[in-house]
Amino acid sequence: MSILQVKGVHKNFAGLRALNDVNLTVEEGSVHAIIGPNGAGKSTLLNCFVGRLEPDTGSVDFNGTSLLGLAPHEINQAGVCRVFQTPEIFGDLTLVENVMIPTLATRDGAFKLNGWDRVDHQAEITEKAEHLLEDVNLIDKKDMKADFLSRGDKRRLELAMCLVQDPKLLLLDEPTAGMSRGDTNDTIDLLKRIGERGITKIVIEHDMHVVFSLAHRISVMAQGTIIAEGAPEEIKGDQRVRDAYLGGAHL
Amino acid sequence: MQSQNARQDIILSALFSVAVLTMPIWLQPIGAAYPDLMQKFAIFGLFAIGFNILFGFTGYLSFGHAAFLGVGSYTAVWSFKLLTMNVIPAVIFGTLMAGIFAALIGFISLRRSGIYFSILTLAFAQMSYNLAYSVLTPITNGETGLQLRQQDPRVIDQALGVVPEAGLPVTNLFGFEMQGYTGFYFCAILLIIGFIIALRIARSPFGMMLSAIKSNQNRLNYIGVNTRPYTLAAFVISGMYAGLAGSLMAVTDPLAGAERMQWTASGEVVLMTILGGAGTLLGPVLGAAIIKYFENIFSSFHEAALLSAFDFLPDWLAEPVASVLGLFVGEGWHLTLGAVFMLIVIFMPGGVIEGLNKLVSLVRRRPDDTAPAAVQQPHSAE
Ligand SMILES: Nc1ncnc2c1ncn2[C@@H]1O[C@H](COP(=O)(O)OP(=O)(O)OP(=O)(O)O)[C@@H](O)[C@H]1O
Ligand SMILES: [Mg+2]
Repeated sequence: MSILQVKGVHKNFAGLRALNDVNLTVEEGSVHAIIGPNGAGKSTLLNCFVGRLEPDTGSVDFNGTSLLGLAPHEINQAGVCRVFQTPEIFGDLTLVENVMIPTLATRDGAFKLNGWDRVDHQAEITEKAEHLLEDVNLIDKKDMKADFLSRGDKRRLELAMCLVQDPKLLLLDEPTAGMSRGDTNDTIDLLKRIGERGITKIVIEHDMHVVFSLAHRISVMAQGTIIAEGAPEEIKGDQRVRDAYLGGAHL
Repeated sequence: MQSQNARQDIILSALFSVAVLTMPIWLQPIGAAYPDLMQKFAIFGLFAIGFNILFGFTGYLSFGHAAFLGVGSYTAVWSFKLLTMNVIPAVIFGTLMAGIFAALIGFISLRRSGIYFSILTLAFAQMSYNLAYSVLTPITNGETGLQLRQQDPRVIDQALGVVPEAGLPVTNLFGFEMQGYTGFYFCAILLIIGFIIALRIARSPFGMMLSAIKSNQNRLNYIGVNTRPYTLAAFVISGMYAGLAGSLMAVTDPLAGAERMQWTASGEVVLMTILGGAGTLLGPVLGAAIIKYFENIFSSFHEAALLSAFDFLPDWLAEPVASVLGLFVGEGWHLTLGAVFMLIVIFMPGGVIEGLNKLVSLVRRRPDDTAPAAVQQPHSAE
């Protein structure tokens, strides 16, 4: 069963065709990788899924309902969470607080005027947040301000912020960029583990090691359109893909 | 450990209450222990606490909060005129009316953020000022200001058979006249309540969302939070604090004028909050008290007093010194305020509270203490 269906999506930026008739179907529970050269339109495509951009034409359906016209918070409340290409975290807040906030957002919905409860009396929120920080190996730094983290750590923090929400669909825009080899492997393991929980994932990644260890299916984008799609073995052997992107050597 | 935080907050609230209620004692040595001035500390303390809920917690800098102060005052005076000289309805209506105004102004202003938000609030406040000054004279009595009169209806007082005395009636709390220390303690108790509410907001999930808005509104949207109602709620709450402060001004001195809404009054609460420490809990109260204390001292000075102070200098020196310093006192005390404010912002951007915190950690630091201060940021905020 498909969880996300994208049909005929176009997006122009002042004459630049950033997306040109994109069609994509993502199966529930799968890991779907999107690869392609810089400027291919991968992040722009994700922007159309989370309410940051509205496609000029085309449709984006999530679990059978259209996402077009919804505000970012509504799309998230429907079960879609995104890790951005440049980390988006709460820099002046501590790591635990960073993870508690999305936990609260999932529990309380888009708005709740609970100004008299004590957040530190809600043990389940703190515990959940700390549990997730353990998962991404950041528990030692839980009282540190997020701004002081390295770029790779920020990315893992952001990942924890999404995972704590138990989304139905997780969008990852280069989740391992800026990470050391070791951290990258840890992240792959983590993503595999959460794969067991059945979270559908769309992963944009330049690191082929990550792509081929995770993806069930791969779409290749170039110049705003999907030029090839298939299982990892098929993509490895596809001549157009090699020409457009991989240059052979990477594989 | 969690209840330890709660216990710390209870201790903080208790210490705060004791400090406020004993002001008549410990302010004696610096000559500030008289009700008129202490009342001002409490009233402007409330104004600044409320302002901090918007600016300090959420990061939205309003330049128009004096509008709500004015609305609170006018409403309170009308309550005295039409209903009763009892202060309870005046305070309740003043607070609520300011809340309604804040909801309207906030709804529009919060469509923008940053400098555009500030400009919108400033524009609204100036509009309110002009309305109060000229257009709405039947309600505000324009330039003269809204005052009590002996023949005001005061329907509740009439119904209860309160016999009007000669002269203007006095505001009261069920018969206790709001003068001198009674007035001060009334304001002081409301200040304590206002402080505890702000403390609870800071510790609540709602307060956590406000700090997240300050930190990264974008991220918050993408994890499912609708930030608009949060900012609007913060705006309305802080407008209600301003309305409460405004109605207390009317309680202690039952008249209301348009100048209360002027942009200088809006600017003053910004100064108080930043001077004390925006985003901290105690800072705004401290900033308000410091500014009102020095305003009281500096504005009462004048050049003749300065001249006699520099008596020991030869005449040719004493006069120029006195006339230069004279610029900074009396009417010119805002010049002093401006200079002090610049020094604070440049050398202590976190305000007085940050300065005190630094001092405390300097004193506490052991020679073998090598932990980098920046890494461990405990949840103190005070
Ligand atoms: N908001 C925008 N306004 C104008 N042009 C844009 C905007 N966002 C993206 N573009 C352009 O659209 C094209 C696709 O950009 P996009 O960020 O989607 O690429 P990408 O595939 O994610 O690349 P990378 O691998 O470098 O992240 C680029 O040429 C980019 O400059
Ligand atoms: Mg990109």
